[in-house]
Amino acid sequence: MDLSVINPILLLAALMSAATPILLAATGELVVERSGVLNLGVEGMMIVGAIAGFIVAVHTGSPALGFIGAAIGGAVLSLLFVFLTQVALANQVASGLGLTLFGLGLSALMGQSYVGVKPPRMADMNLGPLSDIPVLGPILFSHDAMVYIGLLIVAGVWATLKYTRAGLVLRAVGENHDAAHALGYKVKRIRTLAVMFGGACAGMGGAYISLIRVPQWTEGMTAGVGWIALALVVFASWKPWRVLLGAYLFGGITQLQLNLQGAGVAIPVEYLAMSPYIVTIIVLVILSADKSRAPGSLGRIFHASH
Amino acid sequence: MIRLDKRPQPSRAMALATPLLAVLATMVFGGALFAVLGKDPVQSILTIFWQPLFGEFAFYYRPQLLVKGAPLVLIAMGLALGFRAGIWNIGAEGQYIMGAICGAAAALAFYPLEAWWIFPLMVICGGLGGFLWAMIPGLLKVKFGTNEILVSLMLVYVAEQLLSSVSLGLLKNPQGYGFPGSRNLQHYASAHNAEIITGSGMHWGVVAALIAVIFAYVLLTRHRLGFAIRVTGEAPRAAKFGGVNPARLVLFCLGVSGLLAGLAGMFEVAGPAGQITIDFNVGYGFTAIIVAFLGRLHPVGILLAGGLMALTYIGGDIAQSQLGLPAAAIQVFQGMLLFFLLALDVLTNYRLRFGAAEVA
Repeated sequence: MDLSVINPILLLAALMSAATPILLAATGELVVERSGVLNLGVEGMMIVGAIAGFIVAVHTGSPALGFIGAAIGGAVLSLLFVFLTQVALANQVASGLGLTLFGLGLSALMGQSYVGVKPPRMADMNLGPLSDIPVLGPILFSHDAMVYIGLLIVAGVWATLKYTRAGLVLRAVGENHDAAHALGYKVKRIRTLAVMFGGACAGMGGAYISLIRVPQWTEGMTAGVGWIALALVVFASWKPWRVLLGAYLFGGITQLQLNLQGAGVAIPVEYLAMSPYIVTIIVLVILSADKSRAPGSLGRIFHASH
Repeated sequence: MIRLDKRPQPSRAMALATPLLAVLATMVFGGALFAVLGKDPVQSILTIFWQPLFGEFAFYYRPQLLVKGAPLVLIAMGLALGFRAGIWNIGAEGQYIMGAICGAAAALAFYPLEAWWIFPLMVICGGLGGFLWAMIPGLLKVKFGTNEILVSLMLVYVAEQLLSSVSLGLLKNPQGYGFPGSRNLQHYASAHNAEIITGSGMHWGVVAALIAVIFAYVLLTRHRLGFAIRVTGEAPRAAKFGGVNPARLVLFCLGVSGLLAGLAGMFEVAGPAGQITIDFNVGYGFTAIIVAFLGRLHPVGILLAGGLMALTYIGGDIAQSQLGLPAAAIQVFQGMLLFFLLALDVLTNYRLRFGAAEVA
C-alpha cells in the first residue's frame, strides 16, 4: 500500500468530473419531482443517453453534438413515461421501472456494434490564466465544458424555481395538482415538459460517462448511477444547491475508492467498489426522518374528472 | 378527441383481456422491431412462440420451460404480495444472489461429505440468505422510514460485488486451476438439485414455485393477512382504521419476497447453473417484476405469465442461434410487454369516450 500516490489536488480535481453524471441526472429528476411526478426511469434514460450520445459523437466526430444527441435521446425515451403516466394514467412506480428495464435492453441493442470503438475526445476548456493559479487552478479551472454546463444547469434550475413565474407554476402543480388545475394551469403539459427536461439531463449525464469518464461503450455501464441520483434528490430535500453538495460528496467517494484501488490498499477491490452504494443507504437512513419537504402531489395520478 | 371516464368499478372482463391484448400488441411491435433489424418478422415471432412448444425439437425445449419459469414464478409471487400492498421490493436480484451464495456456501462447507441432510440445509440457508438481505430495506423502512425502493436496489449492486468477491476468494474452487468460480455442485451428489423425473425439467425449484403459488392463493383469499395486504393496497387509510399494523405488513411482504428470491437463487445454483461465478445472476430478479405485473399480481396469473416469459427466453435463444437475432432484442421485447400492459391497463379502470372535449 502506498498512499502517497494519491495526490489531493488531483483527487479534488477529479471529484468535479466524477460528480458531473450524478449531478446532471439528479438535477433533472429534481425538476421532475418538483412538478409532482416520480420517475424511477432515470437509470434507463441515462443508459440510453450514454449510447445515443456515443453513437452521435462517433459518427460526427464531435463530442458536443454527442451531448446534444444524448439529451434528445433521453428526452424522447422519457416521452414513453409521459404517455404511460399522463395519458394512460398508469402507476408511476411501475412505469418508471418499466422505463429502466426497457432502456437497458434498448441501449444494449443500439450499442451492439459500438463495443471497443473509441469516441472522439472532448478537449478541456481553455480558461487562460485562471487554470494557472496554483492549487485552485487545477481543481476548479481545468475541466471540460460539461462540468461547467452542469453547474450552470443547477444555477438555472435554482433561479427558475425561486424567482420566475414558470418556476412558481411548476411548484404549484407539484404541491397540489387539483388546485393548480382549478386555477387554469395545464397540469399535464407542465408535467410533460418537466419529465422531458429530466430525460434530457439524465441523457447528458449518461453521455458524460460513455464519452468522458470511461470513453468507451459497455452494456449497463451506468451501473446504478441513475438510482444514486434518485436517492440524491431525497438527500437534497428537493433543493438544487443541496443536490450539488450531495453530488460532490458521492463524486468524492467514487473517486477516493478508485484512488485507493489504484494505491493497492489492503481492502479487497470489491469492498471498495460497493462503498458508494453503502454510503447512499446510510445517507438515506440519516435523512429519511424528514419527509416534510417532499412535493405534496408527488407520485399521485392526476385525472381531471370534470 | 378521446376522453377518459372513470368506471364506477374496475372492469373484470378488461382485467382479463388486457394481458392478452398486451401480448398481441407486443408481437406486432416486436415484429416491427425485428423487421427493422433485418429479420423476417413473422418467422421471428413464430420462432419465439411456436418452436419451443410445437417445433421439431420441442421435446428438448419443453423441459426448459419449467427450468426457466420456476425462478421467475417463485420471485414474482413474493414481489406481487408486496406490490399489492404498495410495498416495492425492487431488489429481488440481490436477494437471489445472496440466496445462491448462502445455499452454495452451506454445501461447500461440508464438501466432500455425502449426507441426506445437506440439501435441506442448503434450502434453509438459501431462503435465509434472501430473507435477511430483504430485511435490511424492511427494517430500515420500519425503523427510519427509509424508501425501500432505493435501499433494496442499492443492495443489488452490493450483492453483485459480494458475488464477485466470493467467486474470487472464499468459495473459489481450489482445484479450479485459478479460474474464478466455485466447485460445480452438479458433481456433488448431496448438494445437486437434480431433476426429480429425468428429462422433464422438473427439479425441486419447480415444486417450490408451485407450493408458493398455492400458498399465496390461500393467503390472499382465505387469510386475515391476505385481506390486510389487499386493503392496504386499495385503501391505506381504511386499512389503518381497520387495525392493520403497517410495520408488520412491510416486514412480512419484504421477508416473504426475499425468502422466495433466495430460494430461487439457491435452486438455480444447485441445479441448472451448478456453480457460483462472477456473472452467475442473469436478471431473473428484474424480469420477475414484469412477470408479476403481467400476471395481474394474482397467483394463477403469475403462473401463466411466468410460463410466457420463460417462453420468450427459450424462443429468444432459438431465434438468436437460428436467425441471428441479438440477445438484447429479446430484452427490449420483454420491456415492451410491460409497457403495453401498463398502457392498456387504463381500459380496466376507465372507459374511452370519443367526441369533443367538454370545456371544464
